[in-house]
Amino acid sequence: MSAQSESRFVSAVKDSAAGGLIALALFSLMLGMKAEVASGMGGQLGIEYRWGAVAIAVGVVFFGRLILNLFVWKAETPVTGIAAGLMPKASSFSGLGKFAMPVFLVLAVVLPFLLMSYYGASGSRRYLDLAILVTTYVMLGWGLNIVVGLAGLLDLGYVAFYAVGAYSYALLAHYFGLSFWICLPLAGILAALWGIMLGFPVLRLRGDYLAIVTLAFGEIIRVVLLNWYDFTGGPDGISGIPRPSFFGLEFERGEDGFAAFFGLDYSSVHRIIFLYYLILALALVTNFVTMRLRKLPVGRAWEALREDEIACRSLGINTTNTKLTAFALGAMFGGFAGSFFATRQGFISPESFTFMESAVILAIVVLGGLGSQIGVVIAAVVMIGGFELIREFAEYRMLVFGLLMVGIMVWKPRGLISTRTPSISLSGKAKGISADLVQEGHG
Amino acid sequence: MEYFLQQLINGVTLGSIYGLIAIGYTMVYGIIGMINFAHGDIFMVGAFISLILIVTLGVTASMPLALLILALIAILIVSMALTSVWGWTVERIAYRPLRGSFRLAPLITAIGASIVLQNFVQISQGARNKPLQPLIPGGFTLSEGAGESGFIVQLSYSQILIIVVTTVLMIGFTTLINKTSLGRAQRSCEQDRKMASLLGINVDRTISLTFVMGASLASVAGLMFLIYYGVIDFYIGFLAGVKAFTAAVLGGIGSLPGAMLGGLLIGLIETFWSGYFSVEYKDVAAFSILAIVLIFMPEGLLGKPEVEKV
Repeated sequence: MSAQSESRFVSAVKDSAAGGLIALALFSLMLGMKAEVASGMGGQLGIEYRWGAVAIAVGVVFFGRLILNLFVWKAETPVTGIAAGLMPKASSFSGLGKFAMPVFLVLAVVLPFLLMSYYGASGSRRYLDLAILVTTYVMLGWGLNIVVGLAGLLDLGYVAFYAVGAYSYALLAHYFGLSFWICLPLAGILAALWGIMLGFPVLRLRGDYLAIVTLAFGEIIRVVLLNWYDFTGGPDGISGIPRPSFFGLEFERGEDGFAAFFGLDYSSVHRIIFLYYLILALALVTNFVTMRLRKLPVGRAWEALREDEIACRSLGINTTNTKLTAFALGAMFGGFAGSFFATRQGFISPESFTFMESAVILAIVVLGGLGSQIGVVIAAVVMIGGFELIREFAEYRMLVFGLLMVGIMVWKPRGLISTRTPSISLSGKAKGISADLVQEGHG
Repeated sequence: MEYFLQQLINGVTLGSIYGLIAIGYTMVYGIIGMINFAHGDIFMVGAFISLILIVTLGVTASMPLALLILALIAILIVSMALTSVWGWTVERIAYRPLRGSFRLAPLITAIGASIVLQNFVQISQGARNKPLQPLIPGGFTLSEGAGESGFIVQLSYSQILIIVVTTVLMIGFTTLINKTSLGRAQRSCEQDRKMASLLGINVDRTISLTFVMGASLASVAGLMFLIYYGVIDFYIGFLAGVKAFTAAVLGGIGSLPGAMLGGLLIGLIETFWSGYFSVEYKDVAAFSILAIVLIFMPEGLLGKPEVEKV
C-alpha cells in the first residue's frame, strides 16, 4: 500500500466518521427515544429506548459513506465509471416509448381476462381493484404531467380538482339524481372552471409562489368541504353515490341487468371489469389529448414556457393564457378522475383529498420523469402497485416516496426517463435526446 | 373590551411563535431565493426533540422554580443544537447539490424533504399525539371579570415566557445580522453571491449557517409551541409552516423585521378571526391572506419590489 493510497484511506475513514457522528446527532433522540403515552402512568408520557435502531442507522451511514468514499468519490478509477460503461446509454431509452407503449397498452387491455383465467372470477377481484387504483393514479399523473411536466408549473394543490370532480358528481347525483354519464363531463367542466378561477389570479406569480398558493387553495377547498356540513356532509362525507351503468344496463341481478342482457351468468366481477375499462379509457383519452396537444402551438408554448419564461415573453407568447390552458386542462382531467373515484367508491369524504394525496401524485410525476408519459405509468405501477402488494410496508410508503423524490432530483434533476423528443423537426425524423444535453434556461 | 384584550394577548403569543418560524423562511429565501418547504417540519422536529428531552429529564411543574428555569434553558440549548443538525443535513443533502439546477428541482426536493421528515417522525415517534402536562401553570389575572361581560382576562406565565424569549431572541438575532462579520457575509451573499465569493466569502458555508440559524430559531418556536399548547404530533409542521410562510410573505420576504411583523399580524388575525367569526375557518383565513398578499402585494409590507433580471 503506497503512502498516497494510505492517506486516502485515512481521509475516507475520517470523512465517514464525521458522517456517522452527524447521523448519531440526528438519530439519537428522534429514533433512539420514543415519547409514548405509557400504560399505567395515568396518561403521562414515558420514554421507550431503542438504541439498536440508532446503532443500525449510524452504522449504515458510516459504512455507506466509507464504501462510497473508497470506491467512488475518492477512488482513482471510480466504480461508477466502469459501471456506466456497462449501463445502456441514455439515448437508447429514447426508443423505449415506441416499443413499451404498445406492449403496455395490449397488456392493459387484456389484463382482466388474464387475471380471470388465472385466479378465477372471485380471486381476481383483489387484483382488478388494484389495477383500477393504479390506473386512476396513472390518469392523475398524466393530468398533472400537463401542468408540471409540460408547462413547468408546480401545482401542489392538484388534489383540489380531484375533489371538485368527485364532489361535483356526488352532489349532482345526491341532489338532482343525475346519472354518472351526464355528470362525468360536467365534473370535468366544473373542475376546469375552478382551475381557471383559481389560476387566473395566481398564474402571474413566480414558480415557487405559485406552488405555495396552489397548496393553499387545495387546503381551502378541503377545509370548506369539511366544514360546510349542510351541503357536503362535512367529515361524514357523502355515501350511496350511484354506480355507473353500461349504456343504461345496470350491473345487477335480474331481467334487465347487464348479465341477463348478454346472456351471461351474473357475477359481481362484471362491474369491476367495467370500471377498469372505464378508467383505462379515461386515462387513454388523457394521454391521447396530451400527446396531440404537444404537437399544437399551445403544447409547444407550454414546453417553451417550462424551459425559459423570459424568452417566451420576448417571443410574444401570452404566458398567462398559456399557463391557464395547461392549468385548466390538468384540472379537467383531475375532475374526470375525481368523478370516477366517487362512482367507484360509492362514498367520499374530505379525508381522501389531503395534501398527501397531491404529494403522491406529484411524486409519481417526478419519479417518472417530468414530461414523460411512459415514465408516469412505470412510476405508478411500481410505487402504487408495489406498495399495495406488500402491505406490511405500507407505513413506509410515503417515506420511500419522499426519499426517492429527493434522491432522483439530486441524481437526475430531469427525472429518470429524461429524453426530450422535439415536437417538430425539419427532417421529419424526430429523435429523442437526453435531457442532460438540454441547456438550462431561467424563468 | 375584556374579550378583545384576551384575544390580543393570545394573538401576540401565537404571533411570536409564527414570527420565529418565519425568520427561517425569510432568511433562506433572501439568500438562495427558494422556499424551504421543509422548514415547518424542522420546527416540528424541534418540538419533538424538546418533548423527548423534557420527558427524559423528568422536568415537571412541581420542580423548584430555579431548577425548572435552568432545565428549560438547558433543553432549549440542546434542542437548538440538535435541530440545527437536522436543518444543516437537509440543506446539505437536498438543496446544495441542486444549486444552479433548473428552477423546479430544489422546490421538488424541498417537498420531498418535508415528506421524509414528516413520515420519519410518524414512524419513529408514532402517529398518536403527545400530550404533556402543563410545565408552567398559572398566571396573572388582569381583569377579574368586573365589566358587564364578566369575562376574566388572563396573562399566563407561559405567555409571558414566550413573548419575552421571542423578543430577546429577535433583538439578539438582529444584532447578529447587522453587527457581526457573519451577518455581513450573509447580507453580501444575499446581494450578489458570485461577487461575495470573489471577495473571499465562503458562500456554501454562509448558506449552511443560514439554515442552521433558521433551524435553531424554529426549534425555539417548537419548544414554545409545546409549552403553550401542551400537545404535539407529527403533522403540526405543515400548518404552522404554511402560516409562518404567509407571515414571511406578508411582512415582505427577505426582510427580517418584516418576518417578525408578519408573524405578529398573522397571529393576531388568526386569533381574532377565531374569536369573532369562526374557529373552523381560521386556516382558510390564513391561506386566503397568503393568496391575496401574493396576488396584490407580492413585495409585502416591508420588502423591496423584486426586479427580474435576465
